[in-house]
Amino acid sequence: MNLLTWFRSVAEKLFHGSQVAEEMESELHAHIAHRADDLERSGLSRQEAERRARIEFGGYQRYREESYEAMGGRFFQTLLMDARFAFRVLRKSPGFTAAAITTLALAIGANAVVFGIMNAMILRPLNVPESENLYGTEYGDDSGWQAYPNYVELRNRNKSFEDLASFTFAFVGLDTGNNPSRATGFATSGNYFDVLRVQPYLGRFYHAVDEHGPDSAPYLVLTYDYWHSHFHDDRGVVGRMVEINRHPFTIVGVAPPGFHGTLLFVGPDFMMPVVNSGQVSPGFDLKDRANYGGVFEAFGHLKPGVTLAQAIADMNSVSAYMAKTYPKEFVHKSSSLSLQGLTSFRRPAVAFVAGLMVLAGLILLAACANLGSLFAAHAADRSREVALRLSLGSSRARILRQMLTEAVMIALVGGAAGLAMGVVLLRRLSEWNPFPTAPVHFPVTPDAKVYVVALLLALVSGFLFGIVPLRQVMRANPYEIVKTGSSARLGRRITVRDALLVVQIALCAVLVTSSLVAVRGLMRSLYCNPGFDARHTMLVSMSLAADGYNIDRAPAMQKRLMEALEEIPGVERVGLVNDFAPLLYGSGARENVFLNEATDLRQANVALSPYRYNVSPGYFEAAGTSLLAGRGMAWNDDKSAPLVAVVNQEFATKIFGSVTNAMGRFYKLQNGTRARIVGVVEDGKYNSITEAQQPAMFFSSVQFPSTGAYVAVRSHRDPQELAAAIRSKVSEVDAGLPVDIDTWNNLLGVVLFPSRVATMALGVLGMMGAMLSITGIFGMAAYSVSRRMRELGIRVALGAKRSEVLRTALGRAVKLLAIGSAVGLFFGLLATKVLAFIVYQATPRDPLVLAGVVLAMALLGLVATWIPAQRALSVDPMILLRED
Amino acid sequence: MRGGVRIVLLDSLGERSYALLICLGEGALDQAQILPGTLDLLILKAVSLGPLHGYGILLRIGQISESALLIEQGALYPALFRLVRQGLLKANWGTSDNNRRAKFYELTATGRKRLSEGAEGWNRLALAMAAALAARPEEI
Repeated sequence: MNLLTWFRSVAEKLFHGSQVAEEMESELHAHIAHRADDLERSGLSRQEAERRARIEFGGYQRYREESYEAMGGRFFQTLLMDARFAFRVLRKSPGFTAAAITTLALAIGANAVVFGIMNAMILRPLNVPESENLYGTEYGDDSGWQAYPNYVELRNRNKSFEDLASFTFAFVGLDTGNNPSRATGFATSGNYFDVLRVQPYLGRFYHAVDEHGPDSAPYLVLTYDYWHSHFHDDRGVVGRMVEINRHPFTIVGVAPPGFHGTLLFVGPDFMMPVVNSGQVSPGFDLKDRANYGGVFEAFGHLKPGVTLAQAIADMNSVSAYMAKTYPKEFVHKSSSLSLQGLTSFRRPAVAFVAGLMVLAGLILLAACANLGSLFAAHAADRSREVALRLSLGSSRARILRQMLTEAVMIALVGGAAGLAMGVVLLRRLSEWNPFPTAPVHFPVTPDAKVYVVALLLALVSGFLFGIVPLRQVMRANPYEIVKTGSSARLGRRITVRDALLVVQIALCAVLVTSSLVAVRGLMRSLYCNPGFDARHTMLVSMSLAADGYNIDRAPAMQKRLMEALEEIPGVERVGLVNDFAPLLYGSGARENVFLNEATDLRQANVALSPYRYNVSPGYFEAAGTSLLAGRGMAWNDDKSAPLVAVVNQEFATKIFGSVTNAMGRFYKLQNGTRARIVGVVEDGKYNSITEAQQPAMFFSSVQFPSTGAYVAVRSHRDPQELAAAIRSKVSEVDAGLPVDIDTWNNLLGVVLFPSRVATMALGVLGMMGAMLSITGIFGMAAYSVSRRMRELGIRVALGAKRSEVLRTALGRAVKLLAIGSAVGLFFGLLATKVLAFIVYQATPRDPLVLAGVVLAMALLGLVATWIPAQRALSVDPMILLRED
Repeated sequence: MRGGVRIVLLDSLGERSYALLICLGEGALDQAQILPGTLDLLILKAVSLGPLHGYGILLRIGQISESALLIEQGALYPALFRLVRQGLLKANWGTSDNNRRAKFYELTATGRKRLSEGAEGWNRLALAMAAALAARPEEI
């Protein structure tokens, strides 16, 4: 067919719709008139001739419709007509419409939110040019930590990256002239911005050529947000001097607005060259190859043509070279690469978000199943109308099309409502700052992709549940229906709607199971013993370096502070731990240890790699960590005394077999020094709540001083009062010292955050699943009761007992519920494996969870069948039988 | 009238094809009334002899097919509009012999081509069918 003519014809019909219709009408009328003329000529009266002509013409409306369709371009008119009709039908049954739209809005909303998160976290990489080719390094245990010299070695020796940049964190006191405030920065390699291909918004960035060894590049680049909030968009800020931990730095530029560093969830306030890290983190040695805190992650673009596998092989060969060249300092771990932005979180995040997406998809499927059976019931109730339309000459395709239009209209309205809710939620989530003290944020602002996906999902689900009544319409026999009414026999066979209901209940049971597993996991992680008593301990975070103290002056100052804090009434004990307390922001520096007998301290001979903390006297008491044997630290464990260590139970049993065996024994550190075990403490959690039991060792903070520390203050006083008292006490000792005070419990929020979010998300999805199954079961039970009222009435009249009536009315619904629940429970337990990534000890073999699921499903069934059951029981045979 | 159509169809298609058509559903029969393509070809043929309005086409078909092919009169129009849409016919309003306003159809160049192709196809088919039906046992 000539495409152009077709288009013209369609366009004509579109724009001159009524004119075309009139022309056609007059043409058809002309035909009848001509025929009537002929008949009249054969001797009939005009009236009779016209009547005969009309009969001979056949179904006028039908041929008019068919002609319209044959002309093409009828599509939109039909659509409009269908839409108008659908609107009228839906308005006539507002309950049905509201239920359908709400169901779908919830399901589409859930999908929009989950997809928005997935889009932001996984599909949309960092907001920098060519981020789809920007890979970050990881080693062995899924983190990218490495020593700065090792990073330099990798940067110079690899053949796979165009260039390799690196960054690590710098938690500092930033003084812009009046008062030092705490700020989080990235200490980056000089080529950071060049590797990212980002251009400054103001001023300039620093580059690799600015680096000339330690402390050679005192430059600062502000992020746009920090510049906006702390410098009030002052364009004169470039060139200004500020102080970081009392060292002068020059602001050289401001990063562009969309740039939030190289991690998705942690946005820095500023960037500074890592070569100056010695000034901001006292004790940091740029040249120390054994200090794995120098680089959090290295990243770069792969060279064109280099595959991921080749790059990883390349990294491993550089790593093997370094292990051979620096056997004492470097430990070879297998390397890997992942898209920059989530680092070690990527794998669990992907698994979890994918799991959520599957669950959200299941919700949508359940909603479709629900709506499908609603529509089927709706169509069954309209079978008389369908029959009438069929016998008036409408085609089945036409009726189906009209019903599909109804379904799609509901889908679109529901989808739009759901999308609107989802977008509001995503916007909220983007602005959400769950931890005021930590620079954590969720850049999940929805983009066009989210809108398109949500609308597509809405359309697809509209078609899905719209075609459920297909069979009904195709099989409808207008003659039978018009004659006997719509009561098609309620057979014993399994109907599509039964199957749909089972599927829906099964899906719901999956959701309920997973949310219960998650809730149990969260409860366990809330009540597990982390090896300290977080409830009655305040943590005072202080950075002496921010106030200009160097390492040598730090211990005396810290001692003075702790003594002052112990004077506060109600304070039982005060102790400090250097750098970060256990479980804060995933703090955990591991160190290699060797048996006392070991002479060759190469990596192959490492006995254990425990977490290491340096703590002051009194720390264990202040933290509520119980001592199993020996003693804690003492003030005379100073630099002149021999090295002493306290280890945890895991350490003691792993190396020495038992706690008592370990007491008084020696072991070696990487640098060859021997440490004597003077005490053993209980096991705890160090890096994350979900970790397996890890070994840990504690040294004296007097023997290993640091300027950054968390002071643990143990007290049963009201936290707010105590915080105020601590603050005033600290300023008595040193007014210029910036401190953050919070309860340990609150700070644990960061560690518990993933499982909290997971539980919340699963809880919401589980609730939605439960609601859907309630409406599903309710719909089915209510419908079957209403259809069988007469039969029930007869049964009652014949003397059926109440229990028998109930069994007849609801037996089927209950049976379907049981089957669906069993299937769903099975799949839900399978799905638990995915949850184990995020949720503490997510195990399906938990009798409480199993019982909970069964109980929940039974309750749902009870709630959903309550009203139909009441109705079935209230059957009055006299009234019913009299009715028709 | 419907019976007439069925007999014509049964005659022209043979029992098996007709049974197939019935299997496809009464709907197919109801909608088409006649083998798809046959009506189109007849319309093209009728119009090729000179511009005609709808009723005229019907009469002409009755005339040239010696009233063997009878269809419900309204069924003509969907076919006409389809042919116009396909660019095989073009239509203009004019005045009929009865002095009524009517739409007159005539062949386009494509329509003429399609007619000759269609006619050839039918002739081939008819010859083949005739030969097949004339086959006697001894020839196999």
